[in-house]
Amino acid sequence: MSLQVENLRVYYQTLKGDVRALEGATFTVADREIMGLAGESGCGKTTLAHSLIRLTLPMRFVEGRVTLDNEELPVWDMERMNDFRFKEISIIPQYAMNAMNPTRKIGKMTEELLRSRKVDFRASLPELKRRLDLVKLSHDVLDMYPIELSGGMKQRMVMVLSILLNPSLLIADEVTSALDVSSQKAVAEMLVEFRNQGCCKSVIVITHDISILYQIADSILIMYAGQLAEKASTDVIINSPRHPYTKLLISSLPEIGVKYAEKRLTGIPGSPPLLLDPPIGCRFRDRCPLAFDKCVEEPPFIEIEKDHFVACWKVFEENAQA
Amino acid sequence: MLAGRCLKRMLKLDNISKVYKVGTFGGKELHAVSDVSFDVKDGEVVSLIGESGSGKTTIGKMILRLISTSSGAISFNGVDISTLKRGALKEYYRNVQGVFQDPFSSYNPIFKADRVFRIIREEFFPEIKSREWNTKVESTLEAVGLNPGDVLNKFPHQLSGGQLQRFLIARALLLDIQFLVADEIISMLDASTRVDVLNLLADLKSRGLSILFITHDLSLGYYISEKAVVLYRGCVVEMGSTERIYDNPLHPYTKMLMASVPRLDKKWEEVEVELKAKQSELTSGCVYYERCPVADKDEGCDRYRPTLLEAESDHFVACSRYTEGE
Repeated sequence: MSLQVENLRVYYQTLKGDVRALEGATFTVADREIMGLAGESGCGKTTLAHSLIRLTLPMRFVEGRVTLDNEELPVWDMERMNDFRFKEISIIPQYAMNAMNPTRKIGKMTEELLRSRKVDFRASLPELKRRLDLVKLSHDVLDMYPIELSGGMKQRMVMVLSILLNPSLLIADEVTSALDVSSQKAVAEMLVEFRNQGCCKSVIVITHDISILYQIADSILIMYAGQLAEKASTDVIINSPRHPYTKLLISSLPEIGVKYAEKRLTGIPGSPPLLLDPPIGCRFRDRCPLAFDKCVEEPPFIEIEKDHFVACWKVFEENAQA
Repeated sequence: MLAGRCLKRMLKLDNISKVYKVGTFGGKELHAVSDVSFDVKDGEVVSLIGESGSGKTTIGKMILRLISTSSGAISFNGVDISTLKRGALKEYYRNVQGVFQDPFSSYNPIFKADRVFRIIREEFFPEIKSREWNTKVESTLEAVGLNPGDVLNKFPHQLSGGQLQRFLIARALLLDIQFLVADEIISMLDASTRVDVLNLLADLKSRGLSILFITHDLSLGYYISEKAVVLYRGCVVEMGSTERIYDNPLHPYTKMLMASVPRLDKKWEEVEVELKAKQSELTSGCVYYERCPVADKDEGCDRYRPTLLEAESDHFVACSRYTEGE
């Protein structure tokens, strides 16, 4: 088990009270697994990722336990996390294009970065060059300033930086969302390549684009309004989802070959609840076509089949009958 | 007004180009758009498809007269829009409006979001009484699927991206427009609200609105439009009916785009596409020559720019591998 998260609860502190952005997340990511994390904006996927690596104010750690390779991560302690950050757990941030120091040449910046982790730059240079080849960047970029690179090139450079120390877990936060289809494909395939070449052991890919996950992920975790809704292997999530939210989400995606005149897709009516004072029980209740009395209680996230976790009372009921 | 309505209205782009001077002394030229021609008929949705930098937004801005054309002409209902001045230009904007990609940056954060409606009233309908105007605003908001009570009197940060985007569409509808330039309006929205905005466009289309739907997402283009124009580095490489292009893409670039679309029914084939788009000067050859997997020197792909030919009826392609009627 590479990553184990147990009952992780993280709130945002505001003047009006706590915004309950992540409520009791429990899941595991196996070695060599690429897990996709999907959901609408504001569902807590970035909060989950950041709480694993850099839990800063206004985020507040409430409770939970995170272990990586059988070692507990002190996610609530910024100082102690320094030993793990970048070495054991690394992130490709959402705005990777603005992540580099504009006043340093990229090679120089990389050198400083490595020195801060007490790693010799000279010794890692051959490996760095090999990784640049992997993402199809010329070695000349090390002598350039970030401004001389295009957005896509900067993105790939940041990807190389984040895997430089062979982290056990790599988090890719919305790395494909600002790109067009052909670069999207290239970047997504690079993530798979990183895993295959052993640059990182497991990957969490955060995106709102489920079709990308279908291409590269081994498993998909769906979140809604701060709660986990469903986790299963990619094929199960796409072809036979159980949670009503997952079903609606998948059916609302336009595909090639679908025209509105022939098959009119429907969105999900309503909008997600505010997390400042969220409804008790299942937070999808108000938009759910299957909601019933039981839904005022919060559904647990239970394994209904092997490797298939769902949090929905209706599904539990159906399973009990079957 | 009524007589004008009965005429077939149409937006026509005739060989338009946009050239920017770049380099220290403006010595170099950057061809953002070269010789693009197509038309959008009454009640038609045309998708303009291409990657970033292909010039699709430039075309949208030229139609909205936010930037000038370097050569060629854009005509709306038979009138060249570059000749429009003052009153006539205002009349043009009464009929043609745009909605852009980022709804958050389309608003001034200091003012409430419904200020966009007030400006429309001050500019175009000063004669309408407040009460009448308010009912009009409310019915338009309902038409775009918003509940007026929930969204009026709020600041932009209090509304979601989908709500703001629908606000902007409502603003365009208040003018009773005939033509909408929709520049990547879906890409910032969540999957669950995306389809609602798309369906809204489809409904408007059935009411006779013509839409230029600019997108890089081919599945959205297919969902809504009957005609598609594929752009690569400012040139039209393929255009025609959406079904024909999607079922049978002829240009290698369109084929590559089709292969890269992440789909839910099929995984990416193992086609390794070389994505290093070399930033060289625009040469005389085919614009796609450097990345084209089937480029052929004997065919002159590196020397001659292929012209757009009709490969089958209502399906055009600009590739030297196809000749007329083949």
